[in-house]
Amino acid sequence: MLQLAEGGGSSLLTWMTFFPVIGMVVLTFTPSGARNLHRWIALAASAIPLGLSVQLILGFDRATTDIQFWTQVSWIRSFNIEYMVGVDGISVTMVLLTAFLSFLCIIASWGIEKATKGYFALFLLLEAGMLGVFCALDFFLFYVFWEVMLLPMYFLIGIWGGPRREYAAIKFFLYTLAGSVLMLLAMIALYMNVQDPATGGHTFNMLHMMNQANHGTWLLGPNVRHVIFLGLFIGFAIKVPIFPFHTWLPDAHVEAPTAVSVILAGVLLKMGTYGILRICYPMFPDAARWFALPMAILGAINIIYGAFCALAQTDMKKLVAYSSVSHMGYVLLGLAVFNEAGVTGAVLQMFNHGTITAMLFLMVGVIYDRAHHRRIARFGGIGMIMPRYTSIFSLALFAALGLPGLSGFVGEALVFVGAFEVYRTVTIVSAIGIVIGAAYVLWMLQRVFLGPLNSNYDPENAGSESYVHLPDISPREMLSVLPIAVIVILFGIYPPPLINMIKQSLMHLIAQIPS
Amino acid sequence: MGFTWQDAGYFWPETIMALTFLACVGVDLIFRGRHALTVGVLIGGCVLSLAAAVLKPPVGSHEIFGQMVVVDPYAHFFRFLFLLITLITALFSYSSREIMGRDRENQGEYYSFLAIVCFGMMIMAEASDLLMLALSIELVSVTSYILAGFARFSLRSSEASLKYVLWGAVSSGLMLYGASWLYGLTGETSFGALGTSLMATKGSELTILVAVLFLMAGIGYKISAVPFHFWTPDVYEGAPTPVTAFFAAGPKAAGFALMIRFFYTALVQPQSGGAEIATLTQLQWPWVLGILSAVTMTWGNLAAVRQENVKRLLAYSSIAHVGYLLMGFVLLTESGLSAIMFYLLVYALMNLGAFLVVIALNNRLNSENIEDYAGLGYREPLLAGSMTLFLFSLTGLPPTAGFIGKFYLFAAAGERGLWWLAILGVLNSVVSLYYYMRIVKTMYFTRSAESGGLGLATSHMALIALLAVPTFVLGLFWGPLKTVTDSSLAYLFGG
Repeated sequence: MLQLAEGGGSSLLTWMTFFPVIGMVVLTFTPSGARNLHRWIALAASAIPLGLSVQLILGFDRATTDIQFWTQVSWIRSFNIEYMVGVDGISVTMVLLTAFLSFLCIIASWGIEKATKGYFALFLLLEAGMLGVFCALDFFLFYVFWEVMLLPMYFLIGIWGGPRREYAAIKFFLYTLAGSVLMLLAMIALYMNVQDPATGGHTFNMLHMMNQANHGTWLLGPNVRHVIFLGLFIGFAIKVPIFPFHTWLPDAHVEAPTAVSVILAGVLLKMGTYGILRICYPMFPDAARWFALPMAILGAINIIYGAFCALAQTDMKKLVAYSSVSHMGYVLLGLAVFNEAGVTGAVLQMFNHGTITAMLFLMVGVIYDRAHHRRIARFGGIGMIMPRYTSIFSLALFAALGLPGLSGFVGEALVFVGAFEVYRTVTIVSAIGIVIGAAYVLWMLQRVFLGPLNSNYDPENAGSESYVHLPDISPREMLSVLPIAVIVILFGIYPPPLINMIKQSLMHLIAQIPS
Repeated sequence: MGFTWQDAGYFWPETIMALTFLACVGVDLIFRGRHALTVGVLIGGCVLSLAAAVLKPPVGSHEIFGQMVVVDPYAHFFRFLFLLITLITALFSYSSREIMGRDRENQGEYYSFLAIVCFGMMIMAEASDLLMLALSIELVSVTSYILAGFARFSLRSSEASLKYVLWGAVSSGLMLYGASWLYGLTGETSFGALGTSLMATKGSELTILVAVLFLMAGIGYKISAVPFHFWTPDVYEGAPTPVTAFFAAGPKAAGFALMIRFFYTALVQPQSGGAEIATLTQLQWPWVLGILSAVTMTWGNLAAVRQENVKRLLAYSSIAHVGYLLMGFVLLTESGLSAIMFYLLVYALMNLGAFLVVIALNNRLNSENIEDYAGLGYREPLLAGSMTLFLFSLTGLPPTAGFIGKFYLFAAAGERGLWWLAILGVLNSVVSLYYYMRIVKTMYFTRSAESGGLGLATSHMALIALLAVPTFVLGLFWGPLKTVTDSSLAYLFGG
């Protein structure tokens, strides 16, 4: 069973989670017009969690499965709710990803001119909510962070988003809330039926919930277990998003401002799969086994359906959005097989998709800021005008299609290796997704960057007179994307540091799943 | 039987409110037109009454005035709730144009009615006799009719009042008829004796059922549960906004207080870990009440979706909230009742807050339509921020008090395996998000042609902040309040 590491108590995660909140409070007391002040405060408030996350990685003991850097304080005594945070190998990678992408997104948001105070304040609240979700070990606390994150996201899409932002914002909010209320009921059912071994009372402690010995008799009935597992799973599936709950994603991703799309695709989608790993699997390992094949099939549907949808898109951002649906399918397929290669590949893919898709969205944002449209058909020959931009974008695209040597390949390859042993047919069918993936990526690359310069552009929608005058990527934009490129290449060539971090925790998890 | 001075000692807060009513009338007569004095007397009375309640909390259950009235920790909790609601209503009525603007010579009366309706609500929570039940409901109802029609030169207000009277008269009649059946069956009027007698005789279940259903009609009208809710949207829209705010919080809570006490002392046999309605074994009460709750919340929410007027929207949302509240009542468990009390307080805070924002805006914009709220997020950031907080809390999103309240209600339903109702409840929350967010969306996502602040009164903003702070803080630290509601129920269950 997972347990707290002895002597591993630390307030580091608390500081990390709440420092952005401090930054948000400071921001609200600044004058509205001081745009640069807002930007620098936000940068500082997200730099500290990043620094702390580096310290976390350096101090993290890779050899143990115990929960490290934990804090446990009673919050509401009469209802046994605790403020309990801590990380293991799975969450530590997600914490790092969140802190890293949030910091870069603040840089990428430097160009926001509309109501900067509100924008950065909400962004910091969003970061705090995300970090909180990955650190929380008390289910109630987890739920609070999970919901807190929705509020800033709603406003960020609705105020700073594209033309259909109001529709996209409320659609995102309604979908995710529908998912989380199912989780709320499952949480209540768990609370009522799990005993704290020390006191015999009800508990929200996730570590107690993971220990089947603490489950009450009602909770041990197979039908009950399956229903609660499904309730939780649907809640997380909406976030991932798994077909058929994915329809909020293209709208939200396309309408959101660039940095928010990055967070949506880079971090929020991972919360769904993280929830499956952190809550569904360890609490109901038997139901996980029962649901494995449907999950693998859902993964295959995501891979192929997402890829076909991406192939059909005429809007670059929408193409990237659908590629996320496809790539999250690999994660799901890997999670469904319960062997070392599959699950490790799934978690690697979570991290790598977070970085690669962040690069893609940032790159789409760069061209949109210049050309003021994203129609693939109206581009062409951009490579001649913006060579540096083209090379970075190509790197991101190749990483997305899984080119060996870049990080996207490692996760996908491990997922297929793992899945082939277990579900041969499903895996072979899924492999078609790779081919379609290569197709939509290369086809877009060709239509946007190669060939002669497209003269078929519409002056009404374009800010500049012609593509010829588009400036190449700026140093600030490079600064926001190059660190990700370094990681993509590094973990593509040498993934062991990442694998070692998650390995123990995953092995521990698989061992609990009955065969 | 009869009156003793010792009994009166338990009755100080109520006595003070009754005296406050007289004082308000007197002050208004002597110092005509000096409304600040009348308001001062009412506020002073509320504070004194609160002080009396704080200084002498009831230890145990005291049946006073010939078992007409019971003073116990349960009633004590509601005393605080009603006094708080009256106090806040008095404060914000004073700065409302609808109350203070037109018809200047009658404003003193308004405050004396507030005092007496508060008195009536306190008695509702304490009534333990059929006569007292009818009397207290009538006291609150009749005063409410007058308050609803207070802006008497406004057509909407007069219409609201008339509708309220007609509905009220019918349901009061039904209720009294039901009460007379119960009296005819048992020869008793006191809830306790009634319960014992019903249990002993095991009379015709059908007769008891009809009597109880008639009584429920009266209470259902008071709390505006479907199908007794039809008056609510029109009255809420037509009445002056401070009165609407008061209706949504006060009399509704009083209706719940009365309903719980009546069911508990007259019909229910407390059992270990729960209770069941022992006198009516044939009927599946959890199903009846569960369906009532389900229909009420679904109807309220679906009707709210299409509203353009904020007051009407909040009226339908208040019907939906009655549905959520009934969820705690369905299984008649201690945790469910505690959840109801917790939610009634939280609901009073957030709903008064939302209405207060509507009043502040109506003073300046002269409109209650959602579309006129465009751009408020930029013109009045603090006001819009508070409104957003209240609406999030009404939806039940963490970290607000509304989430905690709903959490306990869902938990109460789930505890005894009533999952279908809990699932319906959470899905209703999702629906409610849509219409609450329409207001937020208009405030933040739509730009208005005008800009610049509205010049709202500082006193208004202070009151809004006063309600916003607990709405947020109770979402993070609600332990003490929950302890109070839990312990308040001890004597109700003890018998």
